[in-house]
Amino acid sequence: MESPEPNIVTNLPRPAVTARPQAESAPGEVIFDLKNVSIWYSAFKAVTDVSLTVHENEITALIGSSGSGKTTVLRALNRMNDLVAGARLEGELSYRGEPLYGKDVSATAVRRRIGMVFQKPNPFPKSIYDNVAYGPRINGERAKDKLDEIVERSLRRAALWDEVKSRLRMSGLSLSGGQAQRLCIARTIAVEPDVVLMDEPASALDPIATGAIEDLMRELKSQFTIVVVTHNMQQATRVSDRTAFFYVLTHSETDTRTGVLVEYGSTEQIFQDPRDSRTKAYVTGRMG
Amino acid sequence: MAPAPTQQQKVDLREPPSWRRTKNRIATTLMVLSFTLVTIPLGFVLFTVIAKGASVINWSFLTSSIPPNVLPASFGGIGPAVLGTLEITALATVLAVPLGVLGAVYLNEYGGSRPLARLIGFMSDVMTGVPSIVMGLFIFSIWVLHFGFSGLAGAFALGCLMLPIVIRSTDEMLKLVPDSLREGSYALGATKARVTLTVVLPAALGGIVSGALLAVARAAGETAPLLFTILTVTTANPNVFSGANTSLPSQIFVNASSPYVGAQGRGWGAALTLIAIAFILMIAARLVTARFARFVR
Amino acid sequence: MSIVTRQRQGRPPGSLTERRPVGDRTFQVLTLAAGLLVLVILVLIAVSTSQQASSWFSAEGTSIFSDSWNPSAGQFGALAFIYGTAITAVIAIVLAVPVSVGVALLLTEVVPYRWARPIVYVIDLLAVVPSVVWGLWGILVFAPWIQHIYSSIGSGVDGVPVLGSLFGPPTSGASFFTAGIILAFMVTPIVTSLSREVTATVPAIDKEGAYALGATRLEMIRGVVLPHSQGGIVGAVLLGLGRAMGETIAAALVIGSSATITSHLFAPGYNMPAVIANEFGEATGVFRSALMGLGVLLFVFTIVINVIARAVVQRSARRGRGA
Repeated sequence: MESPEPNIVTNLPRPAVTARPQAESAPGEVIFDLKNVSIWYSAFKAVTDVSLTVHENEITALIGSSGSGKTTVLRALNRMNDLVAGARLEGELSYRGEPLYGKDVSATAVRRRIGMVFQKPNPFPKSIYDNVAYGPRINGERAKDKLDEIVERSLRRAALWDEVKSRLRMSGLSLSGGQAQRLCIARTIAVEPDVVLMDEPASALDPIATGAIEDLMRELKSQFTIVVVTHNMQQATRVSDRTAFFYVLTHSETDTRTGVLVEYGSTEQIFQDPRDSRTKAYVTGRMG
Repeated sequence: MAPAPTQQQKVDLREPPSWRRTKNRIATTLMVLSFTLVTIPLGFVLFTVIAKGASVINWSFLTSSIPPNVLPASFGGIGPAVLGTLEITALATVLAVPLGVLGAVYLNEYGGSRPLARLIGFMSDVMTGVPSIVMGLFIFSIWVLHFGFSGLAGAFALGCLMLPIVIRSTDEMLKLVPDSLREGSYALGATKARVTLTVVLPAALGGIVSGALLAVARAAGETAPLLFTILTVTTANPNVFSGANTSLPSQIFVNASSPYVGAQGRGWGAALTLIAIAFILMIAARLVTARFARFVR
Repeated sequence: MSIVTRQRQGRPPGSLTERRPVGDRTFQVLTLAAGLLVLVILVLIAVSTSQQASSWFSAEGTSIFSDSWNPSAGQFGALAFIYGTAITAVIAIVLAVPVSVGVALLLTEVVPYRWARPIVYVIDLLAVVPSVVWGLWGILVFAPWIQHIYSSIGSGVDGVPVLGSLFGPPTSGASFFTAGIILAFMVTPIVTSLSREVTATVPAIDKEGAYALGATRLEMIRGVVLPHSQGGIVGAVLLGLGRAMGETIAAALVIGSSATITSHLFAPGYNMPAVIANEFGEATGVFRSALMGLGVLLFVFTIVINVIARAVVQRSARRGRGA
């Protein structure tokens, strides 16, 4: 084990564990179960041997420096990596007990249950209403009154309703960054997914908008399971129940890099009592 | 010991006259001259067409039937030709634009860098260089010989001409649609067809329409593909699917080779009409581009 | 802030295995079919026109390239038209390329951004004038006017060794040279816009490097822009050449309709697309087949030129990007 850290480390501000909903005393049902998952983009092994479980109605944060594979793992959870030519996954990745990469599994069916919010808000060049109604419409919902109800409900849940209710016909592109991201969240939850994946959802936003997104995440937790990638450690401590720390491993001989999962546990444990030195270095800010 | 004050040398930054500078000036003059060389004939043509055509054009000119060539320009008009151009070009557009858009969708969304897609893209560009008269001969061989002359045959020939143009311009527009929009749609569980039809095409629509309008303008002015497919006649034929037909460019061609001043006068009128149509389409294309530019971020 | 909540009941319904919807598959097939249409049409053009031209090929054999064209006597040698096509296209390119490249350079190097748009509009206007209008103006206005110039030049150089055989009499308003001029007008927009695409992609760093050494604009253009763009400009020229070869109606009206091979550029002549346009209507039998065959030759020539041109443009673009 390590020798005691020099005192100087304690001078750095520790990420405060702010008040947040209590972690479930008994963890909920397993939503994602990853066993020894490795992901390649053609010849490049982006991520090696990841094993973790994601539980229902919790917020799981994936943290780590750039290139450590956290976004790759996130995108594997809703099969968005399929869109990249040459992407392939080894190991077992199951969703509610069923293999996500099984032979007959349809990626579109997967994505109707596992939604995603992207780093840079990407509203469609359609009206705000049509943005939110897009998902239900492609799932077959045509009745205007049902759509109206879904749109209002989703916008309320995304904390955007009051700001846009009088201009639903305006283009989604006319919203500010924070509003646009909440629109994308509303769009994602309009189809009532099981899981919402978020890829650095607030990194392109100012601090106030970021706070709004984080509040939203906490509220959505009761309805959805959330997995969020973030490079902002304070954000992880503010919102997440569990945290997974990823790290870039460099093979000195072959000079190849790959991402690995170093440590995974409750957020409290990761930030207050990290077991691996690399985790400790990252969460105390010694490593970027 | 203080250093002696240095004599400040006067720096002369004026450029000495030199052959280099003169050469540069000559070059610039030549470049401006080339532009003038381009504008002069354009100005001439437009001026002549407007001057000679305007005196002939009026509503009855655009709608009256085509008189024998020998009659002076104030008689009759080019009504059948206007009708022919409108219906044949419209039919060609209906044939070529959807197919062209679908082809571009294949190239951009499905084909990617696969060999077949690259071949199709390459040959599509090559096809834009096939002379329009060859398109006419082609349709003559496979259609007219079996089914006779008709506006439809002319539309086929014009459609062949328009197809690669629409494919190329649509492809450019589809490339401009950011991938983040596609990802947002996929992430909601849309199939590829849905993503394309509900997000990508609407986002590119302005550019696609603008490119299509320019292709229509090109087709409306083409004569050679129609020579052996519609068999220029002088009677109006509202049935575009059967029977010989006529069009503005076809009529102009016939009248230009006529020795009669009257026919020539009608030719100028028809030319002015044709140019006006092409201009309107070109301006419409620019308006569409400008309006939709603000929709795509 | 009120949040309307709904409790999720257990596991979402439905399975993850779904068959791909029929609509999705159909759409993909449709797009592929549309793309393949391009190849199909090109092949059909080659096949159908060759078939129609077969009786000409078999009747004439190798003398399809002879210079005796006499339909009433059953002779269909095409040399005069091939010559005419080549000559008019070359004249057009010789006239158009310096002007087009000049305008392209004007747009990318000389003119401030605000003035570039009107200039591009003028070029687009030039492109939108239909071929038949060029021909109408050409034969009714331009040819009679230039006839005077031709005769002056012609009588002036009559007897002079080289110039006399090029520009000496017989002269006519409708001639090889007139067709070449009109074709030059028509080809300029395409060569200009393609050249401009290439010259606009010269990296600013390279240009600034030349200026920083005290180069004048001309020296910078010669040293940086032209070497960088030469592949693309060659491609643009080839494409213009192909376009000039195939341009039918304007040529048909102003070329003079005389199937002769002569070095006198001011004399009336003929080229492939023009004779097809003018004579096809009443041609029958082998005559028609011969005209069809000219169409086949034209198709082959333009395809070859276009393939070479596009390949040159692609290769220079790739090299430019890698540089």
